[in-house]
Amino acid sequence: MTAPRDKLGRPIVVVTGMGIMTSLGAGKADNWAKLVAGESGIRTISRFAIDGLKTTMAGTVDFVTVDPFSSTGLSERMAEIVTQEALDQAGIGAKGDFPGPLFLAVAPVEVEWPQRRELGRAVAKQDFDYNDLLRISGGGKYAAFHHRFMFGSVAAHLAETFGTKGSPISLSTACASGATSIQLGVEAIRRGETDAALCVATDGTVNPEALVRFSLLSALSTQNDPPQAASKPFSKNRDGFVMAEGAGALVLESYESAVARGAKILGVVAGCGELTDSFHRTRSSPDGKPAIGCVLKTLADAGMAPEQIDHINAHGTSTPENDKMEYLATSAVFGEHTSKIPVTSNKSAVGHTISAAGAVEAIFSLLTLEHQRIPPTLNYENPDPAILFDVVGNKARDARVTAVMSNSFGFGGQNASLILTREPA
Amino acid sequence: MTDTASKPGQTEVWITGIGLATSLGEGLDANWAALGERRVNVDDKSFAPYIVHPLMPVTLDAQIPKKGDQRQMEAWQRIGTYAAGLALDSAGIKGNKDILSKIDMVVAAGGGERDLSVDTGVLNAEAKGNNAPGFLNERLMSDLRPTLFLAQLSNLLAGNIAIVHGVCGTSRTFMGEEVAGADAMRIALARIMSGESDIALVGGSHNGERKDLLVLYEFGDFNLKDKFAPVWARKDHAGFALGSAGAFLVLESKAHAEARGAKPYARLTSVVADLARRKQPGDMAATLEKLWAKLPTRAGKGAIITGATGAEPATSEERSFLGKHADFPVRATGTMFGHTMETQFPLGIALAALALSRGALFPPNDSTGLEIEMTDKPTQIVVVGAGHWRGEGMALVEAVN
Repeated sequence: MTAPRDKLGRPIVVVTGMGIMTSLGAGKADNWAKLVAGESGIRTISRFAIDGLKTTMAGTVDFVTVDPFSSTGLSERMAEIVTQEALDQAGIGAKGDFPGPLFLAVAPVEVEWPQRRELGRAVAKQDFDYNDLLRISGGGKYAAFHHRFMFGSVAAHLAETFGTKGSPISLSTACASGATSIQLGVEAIRRGETDAALCVATDGTVNPEALVRFSLLSALSTQNDPPQAASKPFSKNRDGFVMAEGAGALVLESYESAVARGAKILGVVAGCGELTDSFHRTRSSPDGKPAIGCVLKTLADAGMAPEQIDHINAHGTSTPENDKMEYLATSAVFGEHTSKIPVTSNKSAVGHTISAAGAVEAIFSLLTLEHQRIPPTLNYENPDPAILFDVVGNKARDARVTAVMSNSFGFGGQNASLILTREPA
Repeated sequence: MTDTASKPGQTEVWITGIGLATSLGEGLDANWAALGERRVNVDDKSFAPYIVHPLMPVTLDAQIPKKGDQRQMEAWQRIGTYAAGLALDSAGIKGNKDILSKIDMVVAAGGGERDLSVDTGVLNAEAKGNNAPGFLNERLMSDLRPTLFLAQLSNLLAGNIAIVHGVCGTSRTFMGEEVAGADAMRIALARIMSGESDIALVGGSHNGERKDLLVLYEFGDFNLKDKFAPVWARKDHAGFALGSAGAFLVLESKAHAEARGAKPYARLTSVVADLARRKQPGDMAATLEKLWAKLPTRAGKGAIITGATGAEPATSEERSFLGKHADFPVRATGTMFGHTMETQFPLGIALAALALSRGALFPPNDSTGLEIEMTDKPTQIVVVGAGHWRGEGMALVEAVN
């Protein structure tokens, strides 16, 4: 039996359950089949009117319904579904009794337009201001809005439904949130606070205002037709990311406790790292230094050399800046080894699931390890000559994969990376 | 239950920096003096009938020198970035690139600041019959300021602190109202105790002078209306008065602090947190009692600083818990500072550390008699933070001899 501790003497953290939902579909089987087949989940938005928008497509999850609709409600419902899938696979604890804490990556919560409009209609007069809205907000009629739009509401619901222990943490590190939720779980297990942790990431925020906000920052692709071709990481003509919805859940356990209860081990979280970029609110430092530091810290945390990484699941947003910076940072760390590492971006197929991306892509990385098959980067027709990655373009590739690095680089200088392996090192 | 508590042989964690910008003033001396004078700064006119505790104006340039940076933030971020700068100054590490580049930042944040004129503009136009399918899209595309998004994102308080002060080790933002502040403290403490981290900047900020927030809390009838009263005197007139404040702390391992000659305000010994189901009366009080039992044994002269909100039924639940520990003098920060949501718990820790370092608890400010005088020098202060709706946290802060 492998020693239950890693090279640094800490408990080894393994994954024993996974659940996933993206614009491709619900569940691991469906997602994986479509991902390796090269299908795209990006489509013209049908949930709301797109008139007047510069970007009219997204990777929406339209097959989950929530009534009354809110983005936070959708995030919650998706989180619930993927958590159930992960728990069913892990077979841990009992129904409504998960033996560890919850770490939830969730989009920041705000009162949304459908509810604001309901309030506006209830004022029942013209030329009103916020004082008029305020005057009719109380009295209990809208008590459900209070609960729905508490930042902690999704985590509280999941904690109560699944019986996680202690105070559930809701977190945001922008596009790195999903990776951070996993990192928090890994750290809790390594510190010996718990034998298991539930790490969930969810984002259901394709709504008009969210789309407009990213549009106003010129962050989104505007190549709306055909929508499936919009997300094209590492391509010369990439022009922005594609917003998307999705969720991922992972059950993390100490290797020791997973083995003790006879659980099937799906993979190992060998290392995690993060480093803040103080360059700009929305842009990465063009020299890639913070991203380089993040990748180096992650390798050090895993006790691994760059040559041991044989696949990179890239952040690969398809924005002009990110993909260029990501190549720069990666090549600075991996040197000549860079060209030997097949790289892919799941965002080409499912879009950018923002708060959920780190977890969604960690799960795709673990499925890559399981199937020894790298899903393709779609729309790789016109490679950017400045990005010399070995991009797994358009068609899935069979490969020997033992260690995957999954990167997340986001707004607000948030960088986080994970290293996932098949077996304990 | 999740908890962080020191065990023999584990790293001792000191509070070596405190930054406060509140409705009572800026910095430790101003806040301490105001507490000593039982001063309360409320505005019952600007948002009437709602009462808020407005920020005592600060000279932003002192901590956020670039106007461009100030413009890229909304009030809650400016308050927080300002207070974070004060904390770094207080710890003596402002501008120290070697240390700043390895600081682990954990921020408790809300966000979502609205442009009220855009919101009401859309709603008014719709009330007048502008219901074309793309109307909302077009108005938002033309009326929203692009930078407003950056003020709405929760993690952009941490982002601004990184940019303005060069705090660029790691950065995590916790959301979830009051208990997010306790969880931020809990995780930062756990990381330093376990050796994962040497030094952390932890805290939060809140702008209570926002009508959009009043609307949100009015949905649940949580706002204090018409007349100010101390938190404990609101039983028949329940509610919280939103407050504006930024509170940041520098936490540091004793060894790291000693190596650079830094002095502690106090020791952060333990932080625990839980989520009571709050389905039945007594659930929340029972959870607070469980958290109390989780704290290390209290041997010295103790006191309690609580972030009790004044909202019901949470405040009555807390009162019943406090009644079981009536020998501990209690101070409710909500009376003096208003309810600063994610910031209330870091604010409580800051005031506890300040009181311990000054060798005195500030006087009661309460008309009901629940808060009693303390003439002894406190050596241990328990900080309590129970959310108005969900989440309970508790910490033990101790004097360093």
